[in-house]
Amino acid sequence: MKYELVIGLETHVELSTDSKLFCSCGGHAAANEPNDCVCPACSGMPGMLPVTNKHAIELAVKAGLMLNCKINQYTTFDKKSYYYPDLPAAYQITQWFNPVCVEGTVEVGERKIGIKQIHIEEDAGKLVHDDATNTSLVDYNRTSVPLIEIVSKPDFRSSDEVITYLKKLKSALQFAGISECEEGAMRCDVNISVRPEGTDKLGVRSEIKNMSSFAEIKDAIEFEKVRHVDAIERRTEMLVQETRRWDEVKRRTFPMRNKETAADYRYFPDPNLMPIIIDDEWLAEIKASMPATAEEKGQKYVAMGIASKEAAVLASDAKLCGMFDEVVAMGREPRSVASWILTECMSRMRYLGIETLNIAPQKLSRIIELVDAGEITRAAGKKVLAAVFENDVDVDKYCDEQGFNAKVDEGAVLAAVKAAIAANPAAVADYKGGKEKALGAIFGACMRELKGNGDPAVVRELLTKELNK
Amino acid sequence: MAKYITEINKNGNIAVDDTILVKDIPATAGSKMLENFVPLFSAEAVERVLAAGYTLSGKTAVGEFGLDLYGETGINDICAAASLVKEGSVKAALNVDLNGAPRRAAALEGVTFVKPTYGTVSRYGIIAAACSGEQIGVTAKNAATAAEVLAVIAGYDEKDGTSLKDANNIDYNSEAPAKGMKIALVRELYAAADAAVKAKIDAAAATYKAAGAEIEEISLQNLAEINTAWTILMSAETTNNLSRFDGVKYGYRTEKYKNIDELYVGSRTEAFGFLTKATIIYGSDVLSKGRYEDCYDKALRIRRKAVEALTELFAKYDALLMPAFSKAEYEFYPVENAFSKVYEESIFTAPASITGMPAVVSSGVQLVGDYFCDGKLIALAKALEKEEA
Repeated sequence: MKYELVIGLETHVELSTDSKLFCSCGGHAAANEPNDCVCPACSGMPGMLPVTNKHAIELAVKAGLMLNCKINQYTTFDKKSYYYPDLPAAYQITQWFNPVCVEGTVEVGERKIGIKQIHIEEDAGKLVHDDATNTSLVDYNRTSVPLIEIVSKPDFRSSDEVITYLKKLKSALQFAGISECEEGAMRCDVNISVRPEGTDKLGVRSEIKNMSSFAEIKDAIEFEKVRHVDAIERRTEMLVQETRRWDEVKRRTFPMRNKETAADYRYFPDPNLMPIIIDDEWLAEIKASMPATAEEKGQKYVAMGIASKEAAVLASDAKLCGMFDEVVAMGREPRSVASWILTECMSRMRYLGIETLNIAPQKLSRIIELVDAGEITRAAGKKVLAAVFENDVDVDKYCDEQGFNAKVDEGAVLAAVKAAIAANPAAVADYKGGKEKALGAIFGACMRELKGNGDPAVVRELLTKELNK
Repeated sequence: MAKYITEINKNGNIAVDDTILVKDIPATAGSKMLENFVPLFSAEAVERVLAAGYTLSGKTAVGEFGLDLYGETGINDICAAASLVKEGSVKAALNVDLNGAPRRAAALEGVTFVKPTYGTVSRYGIIAAACSGEQIGVTAKNAATAAEVLAVIAGYDEKDGTSLKDANNIDYNSEAPAKGMKIALVRELYAAADAAVKAKIDAAAATYKAAGAEIEEISLQNLAEINTAWTILMSAETTNNLSRFDGVKYGYRTEKYKNIDELYVGSRTEAFGFLTKATIIYGSDVLSKGRYEDCYDKALRIRRKAVEALTELFAKYDALLMPAFSKAEYEFYPVENAFSKVYEESIFTAPASITGMPAVVSSGVQLVGDYFCDGKLIALAKALEKEEA
């Protein structure tokens, strides 16, 4: 029998606000040490009252607009109670009864995925176990950082659809400035079941909690599919509705600790927070502040002369297109900028194993300016780029120190050519004996002699002339 | 002389109850749970009295978390603030009216307490229990003095999300004459009081009549329903607010625990008193799955009906006259009876608590009025006090 996957996603995304959801503490991004960004409100001290961060509401509404949701113009906050040391007040403020956005859709390939709701809630803190003293320590920096939870309908039918959706969501959220979606700041709970193809009844569901890597999510879904189908067909186990966790080392899911009784969160409306009314005027303001979509950006780049494939790559990533827009605005030639970002910068990022574009737009702009003006060679430019990525050096100072200067006179080039010929008698003999390839080694020695300076075409021309004398 | 839990300044003129935070001064809320808790900031009301030039005398005892006059783990000094006011040690006291305790204390001690309209005095800086109903009020020897201090602490505060902008427009020093006013005497509540309390209500009614006001006896429908609904809301919110006291961050921690669950259970079992535990159990139940719709949600609907019913009454009457406490003298009872005793007594205080309407206790009687009519109630209390003097 053929089986069909049925998947629903709950995606938690940290909002890009300057402060926490109900107090003026900076987010954990601003923290250096544990419990740096903590005040009596977000650490659950008695006496404090929550005051809602308006920007968080606006960002959640933006997310709703992007996902074609209906915006609830009357929305409320509720309390969810449970005891855990990372939750200092023993309740989380969330939206249970009247979430801010409902009933949206996202196109994933040919299919439409329904969005049940988007609600705003505060994050919990972090527990750190100290093995040395066998104690648990709490860090409240993340406590009360605003999140939205985007709850999809059980509309996904494959792990590929899930990943396509998540990538699309991530790029859209970054674009609209709703979330940075940094490593770990986008977390998913995956609800998954299988059923015989062509049937409507939902199977027994398992929920895989708290995953952030797309590749791991895909593997976890594939694993669960096999587990569910085996359980049904080969009776390998009795499926029960449960929460599970994905073990990245063992490459399989495990049931999470089952409490004796099901958790009862005892939701009720938060009496300290008045209902939020998003009137037509405010909604119109939020709508007006929506940025261009990735598609719109891509089209703009094509019009600037960027090849459509490159334009699409640039436009799909907020940090790449942010860098591109800034450097182009500094007067650099768009195609040149695209090439530097997509080829040289991305190669540096792969080399260093980082996900951030670790360079100030001003510095990238200056490197491109020097190369395009013929002040330094592209090879030298790449070296400067590497030095900026690794040590954030000053571009002009570094060029001076390294003696990078593409405009060397012919006399200096000729001297380097002669020195290279003298130093490589074997290669010279090979070349003269008809091995054209040997030229490369002598040319390389020449460029080293010139410290990467000089116009390679001029160097090559002088070199062949000298050898053929 | 009544004692302070913590004395701040011998010459101070304002006492503050122990559920109200004063920076660097211990705040126990009458609970062993918070016996070592020192707050990092002061309540907005405290900041305002200090800014107006008053000085704090000290922190006064409350029943645990202010749930009642009396709580076994606090100092058994019931009516502490009201007795200090009565003996003239201080000009006034700030008290949190969570479930009517300061109103009861004022009635028993024969002083004045004003519970202002909900949202007119910032709740920032009180050890919260029932956020949707509790209010800081003022205990003073007479209504004029209470009004003077109330005018200082009232007003909009952006730190409290339920604070009302209209709070800035109330005239607390109203001298509205009783003449021509219509006052409704609540029959069921009158009947529920003892003879001494009835006599005080009779005396108040006589004073108003003599001053040219009209007294009409009315029946207040659904009082029991209102009281139950309020008890549900109050207990549920208290349960939720007290869950932060778990022995992890501050306050009492048991010495006997091997894991986090034992730490929670041990700390809370050892540090909370009987009434608090009973309230927490009741409050957990009314919020639990399967019970929410029938209990908490229904209580919210009854609250709305109560607001409608009282608002309708206040279209006809200027104030409701009723007791604040069933007896003229306080009788101690075994702690095991605390929850039902408090429930029985809150029938007098629940209408103003659940609706957030203002209430003034003076000369042993309680007056309840429409939203923002605090000044009118204060003027009516002044009329009684004039008669007494």
